[in-house]
Amino acid sequence: MSKVIEGLYYSESHEYVRVEGEYGFIGITDYAQHALGNVVYVDMPEVDDEVTAGEEFGAVESVKAASDLISPVSGTVVEVNEALEDEPELLNKDAFGNWIIKVQLSDPAELDALMDAKAYESHCAE
Amino acid sequence: MNNKLYGNLIFELSKEGRKGYSLPKNNFGSYEIPASMQRAEEAQLPECDEMTVVRHYTNLSNNNFGVDTGFYPLGSWTMKYNPKINEEMAALPKFQCLHPEQPAATTKGALALVSLLERSLCELTGLAHFTFKPYAGAHGELTGLMTIDNYHRSCGDVRKKVIVPDSAHGTNPASAAVCGLEIVEVKSLADGTVDFDDLQRIVAEQGAEIAAMMMTNPNTLGLFETRIPEIAKLIHGCGGLMYYDGANLNPMLGACRPGDMGFDVMHINLHKTFSTPHGGGGPGAGPVGVREGLQEFFPFVSPYYGNFGVMMRAYAYILSLGREHVKEVGPLAVLNANYIKESLKDVYELPIDTICCHEFVFDGLKDKSTGVTTMDVAKRLLDYGYHAPTIYFPLLFHESLMIEPTENESKETLDAFIDVMRRIAEEARTNPDEVKSAPHTTPIGRVDDVLAAKKPITTYRQLKAEAQL
Repeated sequence: MSKVIEGLYYSESHEYVRVEGEYGFIGITDYAQHALGNVVYVDMPEVDDEVTAGEEFGAVESVKAASDLISPVSGTVVEVNEALEDEPELLNKDAFGNWIIKVQLSDPAELDALMDAKAYESHCAE
Repeated sequence: MNNKLYGNLIFELSKEGRKGYSLPKNNFGSYEIPASMQRAEEAQLPECDEMTVVRHYTNLSNNNFGVDTGFYPLGSWTMKYNPKINEEMAALPKFQCLHPEQPAATTKGALALVSLLERSLCELTGLAHFTFKPYAGAHGELTGLMTIDNYHRSCGDVRKKVIVPDSAHGTNPASAAVCGLEIVEVKSLADGTVDFDDLQRIVAEQGAEIAAMMMTNPNTLGLFETRIPEIAKLIHGCGGLMYYDGANLNPMLGACRPGDMGFDVMHINLHKTFSTPHGGGGPGAGPVGVREGLQEFFPFVSPYYGNFGVMMRAYAYILSLGREHVKEVGPLAVLNANYIKESLKDVYELPIDTICCHEFVFDGLKDKSTGVTTMDVAKRLLDYGYHAPTIYFPLLFHESLMIEPTENESKETLDAFIDVMRRIAEEARTNPDEVKSAPHTTPIGRVDDVLAAKKPITTYRQLKAEAQL
């Protein structure tokens, strides 16, 4: 059974946002890393790039498939998790502990459209 | 020699100064090669005697697996039997020794063959014209999309969006992107077919920008898209064209034709549907067919006629079956696939339980509690002498295992494969470690695919450098 953490916002395409003040930390869920299998490459945007809710901002490649990363929120990238460049397998070890990008949220109201832990859990069970 | 262990490189057998040839006496004098055209350093070629070379390549070839050695149910690949008469025809010296640059007056036979093949393909697909320039399927897709792009431009129409189902072959969005077009994904319903409501929404919102819709029918789940006439009407209604990805043409042969379904442009993977060897990824041929009037929009993609040898084999295949028997290809391919599907669906998860076409997709083993994955099942099949099916495609399921038996296989071969698949399902329960660590009988065991992806070693020099570390 995949892990789900309370207090995060979840998207249907299995990304999460952890909100700290005006920033959102975006990553993939434990369910996503499990479904993808061993991750071998993470394609990330650059600092200052704009991301838009519902649009692609990068990709995760595993031994099984390449999967687009869909941003759950809009904003400006202020940091990317550079550790993933050399150790993409960190996503398999701890998906929630290793966010992919840190975004300055341009429209925090977008968070309302995302799922909470409970809703996401039942989404995964479907 | 134990062939199972044979894995040398020809460079490892090289002995400095050893030769397997002798040059005839020079009767022509010697000439200086200009310094500018000389190598800066000597070519690093292996030096071996003839016997060593013969054994090396014979042993390597014995490690190979092909349609001629065993059952090859690789979904979406159509690994059908390649009749030997095709090879004999393609090897005829008067065709084989042609050079693409020789005067056209001396190549009339070859041009006639292309024209006859075109006529056959038009009859089989319901389209009016074909171009034979594309070298393989994806090149055909690109050519087809460029044709569509040219057509819209000629109408003074800027249309930059291509609708692609979420179950599509990865080449569809890739070809559209290479052609400078934008991809709009249409969702699939739970039964695996295109979500018509979602498509209607897309057309309502973006109809004026839609250049084309790309589809394969049957789709990548091996399911027949029953709403094609409505889909074609919808797309044509907004001014777009219908593109047919011919990768799954095989089950349609003799049953129905893309042209009759409302498709305007298509490519055919001659190497799949019309039987030419493509186990190593080629050579292929991806002729593009169009409805009357669109042929003037074919782009320039190559100065030559693609892979001519593949066209010869395809034409030999069509002629040897003839108009009557070519009609049996599709129905037999469909029968074989459904026979395997029905015989295994109690032990493998069948997410969409319906009649399939030439192929179908399991979502791994039914009993997930053993932890045995699709990858493990595929590897274990190698131990039993079968080529693995396509795995982890399409992406609609997590444990996709896609089986396409083709029309050629006998019932005995299908039964033997079914037995082995059932045995593996049983092993997953009784001895999961044996399955998870498979293959055990191949020259190379379980490959570390994470390491292979992160640190690929693709040349002999890399291997040597790695060994010295």
